[in-house]
Amino acid sequence: MKSTLKKNALENEAIYIMREVQAQFENPVILFSGGKDSITLVRLAQKAFYPAKIPFPLLHVDTGHNFPETIEFRDRLVKELDLTLHVHHVQDNIDAGRVKEEKGKYASRNVLQTETLLDAIEAHGFDACIGGARRDEEKARAKERMFSVRDDFGQWDERNQRPEVFDMLNGKIDFGQNVRVFPISNWTELDVWSYIQQEKIDIPSIYFAHRRNVFLRDGLIWPAHDEFVYREEDENVIEKTVRFRTVGDMSCTAAVESDAFNIENVVEEIRQSSLSERGARIDDKRSEAAMEKRKQQGYF
Amino acid sequence: MDVLKIATAGSVDDGKSTLIGRLLYDTHSLTEDKLAAIEKSSKQKGFDYLDFSLATDGLVAEREQGITIDVAHIYFSTRNRSYIIADTPGHVEYTRNMVTGASTSQASIILVDARNGVIEQTRRHFFINNLLHIKDVVVAVNKMDLVNYDETVFNEIRQEFQQLVDAAAYKNQNITFVPISALHGDNVIQASANMPWFKGTNLLEHLEAIDANDVQVKGQARLQVQTVIRPKKEGFHDYRGYAGKLKGNDLSIGEEVTILPSGHTSKIKSISFFNEDYETALQGSSITVTLEDDRDVSRGDMIVKSTELPRSTKQLVATICWMDQTPMTATRKYQLQHGVHKVQSKIKQITHKITADFSGDLERTETLTMNDLGEVKIQTNRPVHCDAFEVNKENGSFILIDPQSNTTAGVGFIHT
Repeated sequence: MKSTLKKNALENEAIYIMREVQAQFENPVILFSGGKDSITLVRLAQKAFYPAKIPFPLLHVDTGHNFPETIEFRDRLVKELDLTLHVHHVQDNIDAGRVKEEKGKYASRNVLQTETLLDAIEAHGFDACIGGARRDEEKARAKERMFSVRDDFGQWDERNQRPEVFDMLNGKIDFGQNVRVFPISNWTELDVWSYIQQEKIDIPSIYFAHRRNVFLRDGLIWPAHDEFVYREEDENVIEKTVRFRTVGDMSCTAAVESDAFNIENVVEEIRQSSLSERGARIDDKRSEAAMEKRKQQGYF
Repeated sequence: MDVLKIATAGSVDDGKSTLIGRLLYDTHSLTEDKLAAIEKSSKQKGFDYLDFSLATDGLVAEREQGITIDVAHIYFSTRNRSYIIADTPGHVEYTRNMVTGASTSQASIILVDARNGVIEQTRRHFFINNLLHIKDVVVAVNKMDLVNYDETVFNEIRQEFQQLVDAAAYKNQNITFVPISALHGDNVIQASANMPWFKGTNLLEHLEAIDANDVQVKGQARLQVQTVIRPKKEGFHDYRGYAGKLKGNDLSIGEEVTILPSGHTSKIKSISFFNEDYETALQGSSITVTLEDDRDVSRGDMIVKSTELPRSTKQLVATICWMDQTPMTATRKYQLQHGVHKVQSKIKQITHKITADFSGDLERTETLTMNDLGEVKIQTNRPVHCDAFEVNKENGSFILIDPQSNTTAGVGFIHT
């Protein structure tokens, strides 16, 4: 037995929120992308309910443009922790003609995820979706609540949010509404990485430096993949040592040049880094208000 | 990691956003791409300096109006620790946001424009900081560059502010005054060459010295049960873990405890955090405990040391900050959430409210409208196991939920 439990304010807060979700909602789910933030959520849920198993299933909204390493990782984690995984495919909505695929140089399926997510929420009747969004990622996220109420259309009304005082969370909703829950709201990118290091959490290999075929566009390093990522003829494929700082749809996730081959290197790199994490997300570059607009439409 | 949460308040013109932008910039917390966005935006607007306020003004609506409309959270860190700024707007209609931001903060920065001195808004900010028992309050007298860095101006403002402090209800606050220019960086993270007369520490040095774990008044240990953990697996057949966040003080194994509301007693058998057991947990920890005896414990019940029982009552007297469009009126019913424990409640009487000038004067009233602060008597259908706010903030506060709209309509601070 150890003597005194040291306090980690951010971890304690996140575990507290996980427990509130389980107690206040009928049918919660963890939104799982295979990225480091959602992997961290799974660890926090594990800690919150130990020795019982995690009382939430995982939902993966699959754009079809995945890094294969992420999918392998996802399936291994699900098996290890004996979890239920729901996968919903953006492709199904495209095939059904419900959403239209973007064309051209900047085509991405990132925006199309919203429709699939809302369908999945409706199909399963999820009343709480736990997500790994952090307030430091982007300025529209900075105003997000821990419990964020969405209407039947998944919409976020930033002018009509519930005040969150002290640590009291009000999850009371009407039928048809759901709540997006963000237990790691107050974590920064560095906090997440430090936690992964401290807890020795396993993450997909693409977060570490590796050789990859890439091409350069607009000062960013794009993964070269003829099927998923559109490339102009004069955009030549080159091989570089890179890693990814976020794991999203392949068509909107840029790599960074890096020699960070292990977690210690990564933490040190983040500490020194001067390019913010979403700076490598091509979807936010579209306009200054890009994220806010997507959120109003129900993006996670 | 150590985290200090700071509430900031100030009006549109006090330069609050500029100060925050300056703190981010000077601590190298503004990343290259964010800085580039600020440069681009400043240029477009025709400014000949970097408009740091653009670093914090989040939403499209408020950028259009040039105001901050809600609580925004901003992060920066030093080698020492992480900081979270809960930034709230200063205008009169947003008292509720200021209360929200201050409720989770250990420190606050109140901005005063050196040209204007203490104004009504300064009074409101300080009043709310005092009401919420914020331990460390930094009064940043900003725009010193516009008053020629004049010591007399600073001293006059300090004296004026000191009168508010002397008249305040809650006395245990550390109040510090710093003359700054957020625009030029004087006394923000470096001593100002323009104000050699100022012998105190600069703003960031002062923040760095605040002890985030030092609770002003140590209360008594309260463990409200969030959920009962009953794993259905080998080796844990009889396991019943009571999971919750420990508040008020530390808790150790072997302690004689009472479970409320049943009044049954037992001893703490184990304290665990994930797969490790501990002898003692510090307050603030999200733990799971087991008891020596098989007792009926469910969500919302409270485990306390048998020698330190809280007040169990169905009659509450509290200061309420009203946060909803629909006013509070006597005889209305609300769901009262105290921590994670929900009971039904009815407003018995609205005794009075604090006058809009925040002088501390009281006036009679029948209703509380949004952003009002008033004293209210409440009746609940089941007992609430609480402490006075001044003894234990978290166990001395509650929210009122409107049963029709489901929204959090108000927050209450329980009196002794």
